[in-house]
Amino acid sequence: MKVLVTVKEVAEVEDEFEIDGLKIDERYLEYDLNEWDDYAVEEGVQIAEANDDVEVVTVTIGPERSEETIRMALAKGADRAIRVWDDALDGADFVDVATKTDILAAVVEDEQPDLVLTGVQAGDDAFGATGVSLADAIGFEWAAVVNALDLDVDGGVAHLRRELEGGVEELTDVDLPAVLTIQTGINEPRYASLRGIRQAQSKEIAPKSFEDLGLDASVTESEITLTSMYEPESESDATIWEGSADETAGKLAEFLRDKGVGQA
Amino acid sequence: MSDVLAITEHRRGELRDVSYELITAGRQLADELGGDLHLAVISGDVSGFADKLNREGVDTIHTVDEGEEFNHDVYTQVITQLYDELQPGALLMPNSVNGLDYAPAVANHLDLPLVTDAIDFSYNGTLEATREQYGSKVETTVEVDADHVALTIRPGEWPGAEETGDADVVSFEASIDESAVKSTVTGFEEVGGGDVDITDADILVSVGRGIKEEENIELVQELADALGATLSSSRPIVDNGWLPKNRQVGQSGKVVTPDVYIAIGISGAVQHVAGMKGSDTIIAINTDPNAPIFDIADYGIVDDLFDVVPALTEQFK
Repeated sequence: MKVLVTVKEVAEVEDEFEIDGLKIDERYLEYDLNEWDDYAVEEGVQIAEANDDVEVVTVTIGPERSEETIRMALAKGADRAIRVWDDALDGADFVDVATKTDILAAVVEDEQPDLVLTGVQAGDDAFGATGVSLADAIGFEWAAVVNALDLDVDGGVAHLRRELEGGVEELTDVDLPAVLTIQTGINEPRYASLRGIRQAQSKEIAPKSFEDLGLDASVTESEITLTSMYEPESESDATIWEGSADETAGKLAEFLRDKGVGQA
Repeated sequence: MSDVLAITEHRRGELRDVSYELITAGRQLADELGGDLHLAVISGDVSGFADKLNREGVDTIHTVDEGEEFNHDVYTQVITQLYDELQPGALLMPNSVNGLDYAPAVANHLDLPLVTDAIDFSYNGTLEATREQYGSKVETTVEVDADHVALTIRPGEWPGAEETGDADVVSFEASIDESAVKSTVTGFEEVGGGDVDITDADILVSVGRGIKEEENIELVQELADALGATLSSSRPIVDNGWLPKNRQVGQSGKVVTPDVYIAIGISGAVQHVAGMKGSDTIIAINTDPNAPIFDIADYGIVDDLFDVVPALTEQFK
């Protein structure tokens, strides 16, 4: 059985930052494995540990820099990795869902996985759509926002829970092959061990261009363009207590006592 | 003339609020496009739902009597068929958990450009939608240069339509390919019973990612004890297994409305805010003065929680 896990390197933004055109200035960014994908990788590795003959392959759309993040996923137990990049993606302000879907569908065509795991969303653009869009493109069944998974490989069914709003979970059975978008909290992602980090150095990260995947630059053509990026205006009309920690704590305490808090 | 088709949402016999919000957003967009607003209500008590959805601004409600509950395979088939019949300029769907379980599939199937989680939009020859990125730290606008678009809207961003309307209610007979229905909803479960019901608390002291380590939660627990308050948290604390699910405030946790909500080390992600914005008085303690939590807080302290929380606890001992 082969499990394909999509892994995205996302930028995290410092508290203070500046916007340069349609991007946040590089000085204020730190790159990391997308939080939701971390849980998807862990789920894939746990499936491999619980079943015989499971290969976990990660796929990333990202420049060479993202190999550091990919190594992290390999160190956690993925067997090998694919990294897709092409000059046509260089300098793109925004890659839309349709483009990602087409690229990942081409990788699925090559790899023929039985199960695809993606994070529910990416921490940067937060579209939350690639997994389900991919499922439709490759003719797989799917489920979005999965927070518990019990895979019946022989029966060809995934018994899962979907986390709905308001503290309600939906219990659903989904036929395999499937794409599942993984919610945080489904498991406890492991830290990469020193041994894992060493082993990851010798695992394959296969670079793939569009040509390798039978695609051309037209795959990046989009009807959606990013036209502006700005810091939202603060809507805050909060009263901010100023002073040392003792002073502000004192003001808050006084306020709470006036409200009758802590007087029991 | 370009119409708008909005897909309403219900669960376990109840229409969800976002359905009424879709009417407001859909009417706004239909006015800008110069077309009609069509609603679809799929599965469940469709005629009962149609009665409730018949609000001012809606032109036509299409009822689709297929199954009792949401099933994404059925929804995907129905929506693509209805879309083919109506050929609307815009397909509006909720950016809810269920919306995200079918909207991307529908958009891909119909080859429509998809913009998710819109918090605002306008049409002036082309559609421009506003979104948030990087955990609400920036807003972006995207322009969609197409005659047809699929858009999901963030719940809570548009007011719900209230006035009664006089829409036509028509039944739409979808042709469902049962062999393509490969998912089955087998039940629902409420999570987070347990020892405490945070929705009952008058005072909540709520802890977030800023607490950094599990053992530091004790600091916040001590404050809650000193105040006679109940301890709650944002999602990452529960994801880490540091507190049980029944303590989680937010979209996927509990919606709370205490007299006083003290948010400690919580940045104020939209999913969290959805669960606590109805609190009477909101107090935030956070090192980042730009954290979105201050946008909805009534009072705030911009400082390190590890300095402020022990000092505050000391005041009540």
